Amino acid sequence: MGTYFKDLFGGTWSLIVGLAITIKYFFYPVVTVQYPRATLKMPPRFRGHIDLVADPGTGAPKCVVCGMCQRGCPSGCITLSGEKPEGAKKKILTSYQLDFTHCSLCGLCVESCNFGAIDFSKEYNLAGPSREAYVFDLLTRLKERTTNVDNDA
Amino acid sequence: MNAHPEILRLLAFLAGLIIFAALNAAYLVWLERKVCGHIQRRIGPKEVGPFGLLQPLADGIKLMTKQVLVPPQVDPVLFRLAPALVLIPAIMSFVVIPFSANLVAREINIGLLLVFAFASVNVLGLLLGGWGSANKYAVISAARCVSQNVAYEIPMLITVITMVMITGTMNLNEIVLQQPDISQWYVFRFTASPLMPVAFLVFFICSLAETNRAPFDLGEAESELIAGFHTEYSGMGFGLFFMGEYANIVIGASLATVLFLGGWQSPVSFIPGGWWWFLAKVYFLIFTIMWIRWTYPRTTLWGLLNLSWKVLIPISLLNLLVTGGMLKLMPLIFGAG
Repeated sequence: MGTYFKDLFGGTWSLIVGLAITIKYFFYPVVTVQYPRATLKMPPRFRGHIDLVADPGTGAPKCVVCGMCQRGCPSGCITLSGEKPEGAKKKILTSYQLDFTHCSLCGLCVESCNFGAIDFSKEYNLAGPSREAYVFDLLTRLKERTTNVDNDA
Repeated sequence: MNAHPEILRLLAFLAGLIIFAALNAAYLVWLERKVCGHIQRRIGPKEVGPFGLLQPLADGIKLMTKQVLVPPQVDPVLFRLAPALVLIPAIMSFVVIPFSANLVAREINIGLLLVFAFASVNVLGLLLGGWGSANKYAVISAARCVSQNVAYEIPMLITVITMVMITGTMNLNEIVLQQPDISQWYVFRFTASPLMPVAFLVFFICSLAETNRAPFDLGEAESELIAGFHTEYSGMGFGLFFMGEYANIVIGASLATVLFLGGWQSPVSFIPGGWWWFLAKVYFLIFTIMWIRWTYPRTTLWGLLNLSWKVLIPISLLNLLVTGGMLKLMPLIFGAG
């Protein structure tokens, strides 16, 4: 009989505690992000697909076309080429293709780069209608970014 | 052109009550989704119209344009009859609910009895719907609904008998008239029985169980029984079940308001009473019902029956005895006043 009343009152009290918690949450502000209309800012360590890093002085890519990233990539996603203009000391990047369909975001390319020329982007809205949509021309992306300064992807 | 005023009144109330029940079903679904959303810190419906207020309209159009599938194995008559059997008693019960002193479709001296009589027909609707569906989930659900309703009708009716002993009438408007301000509300009428708040709680819990609301929604336990008795229903058959369910919730909250919370009477005597008080109290109770739904997990079947047979029935019987004793003792102590 003692346990009966203990269960009864203890149970009722626990139910009241539960109601108190939910009504508190009812009045808390909502945490929903209206996704297509509003997006979350990705944290600094978010690993999207890679992107070229521009030299802050010139705006040109920091890449020296050493090809370490291409060799370091276990999936063979990266294809790059460069040329050495007449009289110049360094090679200049002419194309940098990332085939994102195979990329596993392991980050070995970023680690193998000795010049800090590639970095993870914050891109995650990556729905597309075809495979070809995932072959990114990173040089073009870099040019778009440097001309459009406000774009902080 | 002079129609009989009684017929006009009948038609007006018929249309009014059906519209009231339909609007309630539509907008309680909206409210439910909003309350649920905010308790889980979401927004709830917001796309269709401002604050998602046109969502019920969109849902209604969707339900009405959907095909009413009748599977080949079902009992053709029962399957089609069941949704109506759930909805019609619920709307009929509104006939005796006093929205204000004069706003009653029909004041009947056994109004309380009428509501409970129709409430038991509602269970029959669920049973027939489940049985007629020729679906194992629906049959299990119907069996659960009936055992649950039988178990919870006992403490509910004992509590109602207690109330009738105190009020001395089954006319709902007269019961309301006996509760002119908050100290006279039957929840706080300690001179009638010191257990009145407990009686209100018992009545409220039973009305949750009678309307198959969470945490007692074993009848449509979607994680176990797909959708329970309305598994096989589509389109407006399903829609009618839902309207019936929400109409029953409104009836349950209205009865609790009338019996315990002073109906349309204002809580303080210097503010006039009226239908707005009635609706405010009813919707407060409905909000509480939703709040409970989004707080507690579903009970097990044995937990549900244990609560009724081991807790609610003994408490309501005790309350019946105490009230009976008080009714006899009070005149002896304070003189036959």
